[in-house]
Amino acid sequence: MTATTLPRVEPRTATAPPPWRARLLGAVARHSITLVLALMFLTPFVFIVLTALMTDAQALSPRLWPSPLRWSNFHDVFVRTDLLRYAGNTMTYAVLSTLGVLLSSIPVAYALARLRWRGRQLALIVVLAAMMLPAQVTVVPQYVMFAKLHWVGHLAPLIVPNFFGDAFSIFLLRQFFLTIPQEYSDSARVDGAGEWRILLSVVIPLARPAIAAVALFSFLYAWNDFFGPLLYVGENSHSWTLSVALANFRSLYHVQWNLTMAATVLFMLPVVLLFFAAQKAFVEGVTLTGVKG
Amino acid sequence: MTAPATTARAAPGAPRPRANDVRRTRRQADRRRRLTVLAFMSPWVVGFSVFFAYPLITTAYLSLTHYDLLSSPRWVGFANYRFMARDPNFWPGVRNSLWMILVAVPATVVFAFCVALTVSKARRGANVLRTIFYLPALAPPVAATLGFLYLFNPRTGPLDRILGVLHLPQPLWFDDPHLAKPSLTLLGMWGVGAIMIIFLASLLDVPRQLYEAAELDGANAWQRLVHVTLPAISPVILFAVVTGVIDGLQYFTQGYVAGTVAGGGDAGAGSGSSLGYPEGSTLFYPVWLYQQGFQYFHMGYAAAMAVALFAIALSVTAVLLRTARHWVHGGEGLQ
Repeated sequence: MTATTLPRVEPRTATAPPPWRARLLGAVARHSITLVLALMFLTPFVFIVLTALMTDAQALSPRLWPSPLRWSNFHDVFVRTDLLRYAGNTMTYAVLSTLGVLLSSIPVAYALARLRWRGRQLALIVVLAAMMLPAQVTVVPQYVMFAKLHWVGHLAPLIVPNFFGDAFSIFLLRQFFLTIPQEYSDSARVDGAGEWRILLSVVIPLARPAIAAVALFSFLYAWNDFFGPLLYVGENSHSWTLSVALANFRSLYHVQWNLTMAATVLFMLPVVLLFFAAQKAFVEGVTLTGVKG
Repeated sequence: MTAPATTARAAPGAPRPRANDVRRTRRQADRRRRLTVLAFMSPWVVGFSVFFAYPLITTAYLSLTHYDLLSSPRWVGFANYRFMARDPNFWPGVRNSLWMILVAVPATVVFAFCVALTVSKARRGANVLRTIFYLPALAPPVAATLGFLYLFNPRTGPLDRILGVLHLPQPLWFDDPHLAKPSLTLLGMWGVGAIMIIFLASLLDVPRQLYEAAELDGANAWQRLVHVTLPAISPVILFAVVTGVIDGLQYFTQGYVAGTVAGGGDAGAGSGSSLGYPEGSTLFYPVWLYQQGFQYFHMGYAAAMAVALFAIALSVTAVLLRTARHWVHGGEGLQ
């Protein structure tokens, strides 16, 4: 696996070949670097899936190809563990968080991008600071707060804060809202539309790609989150999300590698499907997060 | 969350009202505008106060106390900060996190750049390649870490078997204190997709004429890379480094899961026996903060660690952004 870090050196032929052959060889060489890289990125997925289809004995044997294919692993993992409950918890966390992020961050981003007011610049800096600071900085008092509310052990501490604006989403949406020409808002204003109407009927329809990206990122963040669930529901297996459950599989259920990998595949699958369903929104969204003056 | 629907504005063609009326309507309009802004901003105003400003101040206060969540906080002055010097796990945590920031982050950024460069050169199948390189970035960190733990597992993992067939050394990877962090770095490189896509987008944005001009001047591929490509995309490099460092400061999940699962411990109830396995090499700063605060319930000490982390995060961000002006081409792209 170390080889992934080293770009391959292009092979060179000793005798000078005719130009077209040199070009062809060059193209093959260039592609071979890319192909080798691509293969290395795919290999872990391949082995995870293959192991998910092995018997326990095979997973520990030198064999790399499962034979016979044990599709029942995907069934067994639901029987041996509470996977369905964990998936349900994870889905609850992810869907409600996404909903909260959208409901709360869109108006804030609108005010930061399209309304002129004193202190707007300062508010933006505060959002940026909140975005950049490590989560661990504020985690102790937050935990104390939720402990006093008796929310620790439930999903609420993970979900509720999302209904009060998420700095990253606010920033991303603001960046996109800025690119919408002011004339659209102005002409709506001439027609007597208020700011809420302008947001709902002008800005949101035009900002659909950015909103889709924010929704995807929020869903993905919650689906993948480990620190939050570990902190707040780690002690209560009823509320475990897939992340926390999976991290405990090996020790808690003495689950073998083949079943762990089967659960891993099931955990990754929704994310992969979501990606293929909304590939364009993903790539546009990631590009949007990069700096652009 | 209701707000006045319109922001009044005097139409230029309207008959001129008297000065007093103008002032009054303007004042009313101003008030209405302010209320509108407040209504739009209200989620963040509440969110920022409750989940950010208040915790930040309380962290500073708690860091000066002894607090276990059961009895009320007891003032101890700077005792928590003094204890850091004597805490046998504090400095290893700092060193491990520093290693990730100084070694893993640059390695990952350079690797992301190389991958983006190869994809940008591909004439066909660029979309397929982009998908392949991006996909691992989507894998849930816990799932990806478990996958790598299995792949790299000594004796039974596929990688070990392949290395054995090739008669190459078969290291212990996540079980070797010297290789645990490099193994985590490889895991990070696998999930490099997001930065790679940002690099790719900016590489494709570099004007072709610049390359053509450089080529006319007799610049070879390396010179074109150093004098054309790198300056043109330097803001993106800065972005990648800054976000990388910030992620490095809070590096938790992969280190925690690798340490506890490889160490055979229980990742949920954190018995502490396998903490930082092997030999404390995966005991990152946030891992120790979590252990102190939420397993031992030394809330005061965890708060002190959080304050130190805050100071470091703040200065790192400030330094990176300040120096950037000198080495980022056309530094105005920063703000």
